[in-house]
Amino acid sequence: MFNKGQNLLLVSTRRETQMIHLQPGQHSQTLSLKKNKKNLFLISRTYSASLCSQLLKRLRQENHLNLGSGGCSELRSCHCTPAWATERNPVSKIKIIIKCNHPCTGVSPAALWLLRQGRAGSPPPAVGGVWRPRVAGRGFLSTGRPLPGSKSAGARRGGHQQLRGPRREVQLLATWGPQDTCAREDPWRPPPCSLKHRTDPRPGHGKTPKDAASVRATHPIPAACGIYYFEVKIVSKGRDGYMGIGLSAQGVNMNRLPGWDKHSYGYHGDDGHSFCSSGTGQPYGPTFTTGDVIGCCVNLINNTCFYTKNGHSLGIAFTDLPPNLYPTVGLQTPGEVVDANFGQHPFVFDIEDYMREWRTKIQAQIDRFPIGDREGEWQTMIQKMVSSYLVHHGYCATAEAFARSTDQTVLEELASIKNRQRIQKLVLAGRMGEAIETTQQLYPSLLERNPNLLFTLKVRQFIEMVNGTDSEVRCLGGRSPKSQDSYPVSPRPFSSPSMSPSHGMNIHNLASGKGSTAHFSGFESCSNGVISNKAHQSYCHSNKHQSSNLNVPELNSINMSRSQQVNNFTSNDVDMETDHYSNGVGETSSNGFLNGSSKHDHEMEDCDTEMEVDSSQLRRQLCGGSQAAIERMIHFGRELQAMSEQLRRDCGKNTANKKMLKDAFSLLAYSDPWNSPVGNQLDPIQREPVCSALNSAILETHNLPKQPPLALAMGQATQCLGLMARSGIGSCAFATVEDYLH
Amino acid sequence: MACLLETPIRMSVLSEVTASSRHYVDRLFDPDPQKVLQGVIDMKNAVIGNNKQKANLIVLGAVPRLLYLLQQETSTTELKTECAVVLGSLAMGTENNVKSLLDCHIIPALLQGLLSPDLKFIEACLRCLRTIFTSPVTPEELLYTGPDHQTILFNHGAVQNIAHLLTSLSYKVRMQALKCFSVLAFENPQVSMTLVNVLVDGELLPQIFVKMLQRDKPIEMQLTSAKCLTYMCRAGAIRTDDNCIVLKTLPCLVRMCSKERLLEERVEGAETLAYLIEPDVELQRIASITDHLIAMLADYFKYPSSVSAITDIKRLDHDLKHAHELRQAAFKLYASLGANDEDIRKKIIETENMMDRIVTGLSESSVKVRLAAVRCLHSLSRSVQQLRTSFQDHAVWKPLMKVLQNAPDEILVVASSMLCNLLLEFSPSKEPILESGAVELLCGLTQSENPALRVNGIWALMNMAFQAEQKIKADILRSLSTEQLFRLLSDSDLNVLMKTLGLLRNLLSTRPHIDKIMSTHGKQIMQAVTLILEGEHNIEVKEQTLCILANIADGTTAKDLIMTNDDILQKIKYYMGHSHVKLQLAAMFCISNLIWNEEEGSQERQDKLRDMGIVDILHKLSQSPDSNLCDKAKTALQQYLA
Repeated sequence: MFNKGQNLLLVSTRRETQMIHLQPGQHSQTLSLKKNKKNLFLISRTYSASLCSQLLKRLRQENHLNLGSGGCSELRSCHCTPAWATERNPVSKIKIIIKCNHPCTGVSPAALWLLRQGRAGSPPPAVGGVWRPRVAGRGFLSTGRPLPGSKSAGARRGGHQQLRGPRREVQLLATWGPQDTCAREDPWRPPPCSLKHRTDPRPGHGKTPKDAASVRATHPIPAACGIYYFEVKIVSKGRDGYMGIGLSAQGVNMNRLPGWDKHSYGYHGDDGHSFCSSGTGQPYGPTFTTGDVIGCCVNLINNTCFYTKNGHSLGIAFTDLPPNLYPTVGLQTPGEVVDANFGQHPFVFDIEDYMREWRTKIQAQIDRFPIGDREGEWQTMIQKMVSSYLVHHGYCATAEAFARSTDQTVLEELASIKNRQRIQKLVLAGRMGEAIETTQQLYPSLLERNPNLLFTLKVRQFIEMVNGTDSEVRCLGGRSPKSQDSYPVSPRPFSSPSMSPSHGMNIHNLASGKGSTAHFSGFESCSNGVISNKAHQSYCHSNKHQSSNLNVPELNSINMSRSQQVNNFTSNDVDMETDHYSNGVGETSSNGFLNGSSKHDHEMEDCDTEMEVDSSQLRRQLCGGSQAAIERMIHFGRELQAMSEQLRRDCGKNTANKKMLKDAFSLLAYSDPWNSPVGNQLDPIQREPVCSALNSAILETHNLPKQPPLALAMGQATQCLGLMARSGIGSCAFATVEDYLH
Repeated sequence: MACLLETPIRMSVLSEVTASSRHYVDRLFDPDPQKVLQGVIDMKNAVIGNNKQKANLIVLGAVPRLLYLLQQETSTTELKTECAVVLGSLAMGTENNVKSLLDCHIIPALLQGLLSPDLKFIEACLRCLRTIFTSPVTPEELLYTGPDHQTILFNHGAVQNIAHLLTSLSYKVRMQALKCFSVLAFENPQVSMTLVNVLVDGELLPQIFVKMLQRDKPIEMQLTSAKCLTYMCRAGAIRTDDNCIVLKTLPCLVRMCSKERLLEERVEGAETLAYLIEPDVELQRIASITDHLIAMLADYFKYPSSVSAITDIKRLDHDLKHAHELRQAAFKLYASLGANDEDIRKKIIETENMMDRIVTGLSESSVKVRLAAVRCLHSLSRSVQQLRTSFQDHAVWKPLMKVLQNAPDEILVVASSMLCNLLLEFSPSKEPILESGAVELLCGLTQSENPALRVNGIWALMNMAFQAEQKIKADILRSLSTEQLFRLLSDSDLNVLMKTLGLLRNLLSTRPHIDKIMSTHGKQIMQAVTLILEGEHNIEVKEQTLCILANIADGTTAKDLIMTNDDILQKIKYYMGHSHVKLQLAAMFCISNLIWNEEEGSQERQDKLRDMGIVDILHKLSQSPDSNLCDKAKTALQQYLA
């Protein structure tokens, strides 16, 4: 009780008390080892007193500090034993292992990009750096074998399911073109799943910086991911815990810890300093050791980097980071083992929350972007854009109402809009002959001045004849053409064929009794799936309505299975979702839906026609099955051939035209053109580009833009984002045009 | 002063206009209630939109009368309502009007009015209350006076009723509900424990709060929900190691301290964080490494910045307004951060100019800043190393002694508690503090009404007396006076008693000092000792007292005071056979000191004690299972043999 230890502790410097481990029950004999001059001085002073002074020591132990509200406990913890008693485990065999995540399950952006490129079976991207042995002759580098394809496929699925942190990057990466990939990629290396490094067991190894070695990811952090994060768990601090976690550019010496060299940045565990391309560190954060999880977050929006320790942000470590850095880990002393997590496991730090903050920031920045509004100018411009969009696509009633309520003038006369709408309806209904005729009536010189367009229209007419939808063959087929109004067709706003969902075709085929499932391979985007579901409803509905001869319940059941399939596709295929994104802005769900439903209505008619003809056999026939029609078609084909030759003479060779014609004629080579390799031409979706081209041509004659300004603006915004991604401007990760289309 | 100067001028102006105003006031005193009512109605019409009229009526004392009528049970509801309306109208005027109303204690009267069954009257009261509380001059505390109101709200089902508002579609509603919870939960375990288990749409309230902490939420919402969680944690409803505190609330509050936030937010963030981490060393450690918090807080002292002064008057004004708040918030947070961990203290002190800033803070005009600075310094003074180095380098004691003069109690408590640390034997500040008259000051503190101040005063004296020179000890005894010493020995506060005994022990150390003091105060001290040993006290107190006896027994001449006092000797004997080892040991020390061989007269003492049967007890104790006791007994017996 009344020992000298307490006194000793009082005078011991902080340095000492930091070193001692608390071990209750131990007595002061260990302390006497730690006497220093001051201690001895005190002892002699206290010893000179008699017994009462010993009591005083006790008192003093109690009174040495006024604890106030909080208390001062550390000085009281008086029993101690030196820390070195528990360390200094002589290591005979030294081995440094860096466990990497399975490369293919890692969701490092680079990895995912590669997966998308279909190279998953070959080299893995996550941490693929190579240990360059310091001591030659000692073997190290045990590299994994390339993965069998099946396994990699499984791993790939796993990776997607576990996708947590960098989900955003994934989506973003999907918008990259191949030209965005790092041209400076390391040459491809065999995939090291787990890297083992045995260092020289000579005593003293690891003492000098020369014994350091780093491992680096094979791919740099892409700027377009916006925010990049990875975590490293210290499995063992080894002998001295000289570990560095950070970033380095390509070409940085890998035989040193990250941070020591130019374009290299690191946070070191032994002193908690940050090293910014320099041999001397700056005080940065706490030290780290066995059991700690250190995270490194690169913010590519403001080019800074911060670290986390056990889920706590330590604050900015580096600013003005250069682009194309690689995640890097370096170890120096024997026995150091770390585990990297690139997202295959949940992160300790809440990176999602951090990304949320930046997304909000960027969006606020966009929202608050100064537009230099001069008294309503901005609003007027937006109104004009909307109005022109409506006019362009011929929504004349809406355009009229909109113009009225916003005091706008419609640039085009109402009648003209209506005319265009009429022509578009005809084209989309496949009644090309009538469409051409109407065009020639309404815009007499238009097609004469555009022989190529006329040719395109005619080829389409030929295809529609094969299809049995063109009015000329329909008449011959013994059916009266329906009135125009019965084709409630609205035009598609965009003309890219890639955007057209393929369900139209499927329905077509369904009606003709073919197995539908095969066609779903064509599905590319989840939003399309949803649309087609809606479409089915209307489909069934109108079927009933028209009391067709087709067995309705049967059809419904087919629809059911189909829609289930669609749902399956939408729910679990992330890859496809990414594809969808790559399509860009053009396709918005609302537009898609609108098109979908309208097209199906139109399709209904189509099916209806088919069914009238082939109700018994449910099989399509050339030109609707009428012999006269076939003859007419053949005749028309000859005319077309003549026209093509004429065109070549007048305007020179045109490969596009040639191919178009060839493809169209190829249809006749098959007994069942609809299921032939060239059968997609018969898809009503193919009418859309034709329709769009015609519409644009008409508008041009009125000195109106070929494309609505709204679409132009959106296209430009999308292009801008792509350009930002390529130029390494990270904020593009948190801005998508889709966010602004509701 | 300003007010006095103003009055005559105002009076002269008033004399002309008050004639009509006086008429209104006079009518309020009419014995006919009907006329009073009409008078109030007329007054209402007269004051609407007329600030001058409002001021006149207030000066003429209309407010107390209106309040009287409002509270009078005999008044009709109509009259009460009209009174409330007029008061509301007066509150609509200048800020001075509101102040006058507050001075007349209008709030309780209006709150009382809310209990009325009449809806119109309630409405009028509420309108008036709203007007008053939306005024910047009204302190909010008037409405929330603490646990009482919390309990009332709680008992009326406020928690359940407000909880569902958290999911409201309107941001404003959610925000107000959140604010409400933060007020309800503050230092209220009952409310906090309930909040933890409240379900809203299948989610527990803490989870909802955590969602509101997310970084994409508006700052105000993040801050307020962090407050809610902090209060719930401090009230014991959430563990300090819960993830929602460690990984959500704490980082959020640290973010609130960052430069990007508004000054107000930074103040609130730092204060809340200080409150959150105050009792928990682990949270302090985490906070200290999060986002360079310690360095971040250094920025709190950079307002108003030199840039803002030149470029932007508006900003300068804004900065000046918040400068005090920022500084005190930073000090508070530093105090919490450095409360327990030596490394953190070191880091704080190593922050640029930190000691200078604290020292400057000690002499700031704002009481809030001074208090916070003292707190911070107190927290840092728990470090031995810092006491020896930075505290000395910056002569912290100087401003501290200044602070101790004429400071309000709350500052005195912390400052004196810090003085205790500065007076530790190894603290280099001890000497200069003594020289600047600390003894007087501390003795003065021991006479304070406030037990905390008494404890600190006597504690500091105790530290001061430890291994002190004879002169200092004499100073202490002289200043304190034996009367005061005895008063303290019978103090109701156990802490005071213990520290007083400690002081006595420290005074009675080293032989010459013991003899000197005992020769002058021997009688009183022996009396006090006897008194305590006979009284109903706990083991620690008795042990301390026995230790004092042991010290006395170590003196040369002082020994006789014990040897001649049979009563005391019997007591020592009794405690040697006590069941408690600590007391036995302490009594043992007394005996050892008395029978020590080499000293003069030891033979007689040994004989006397042997006669008392002490030797038998020593023999018994030498068989004691307690090795310490056993050793001492054996050593004592050897004295007899020699």
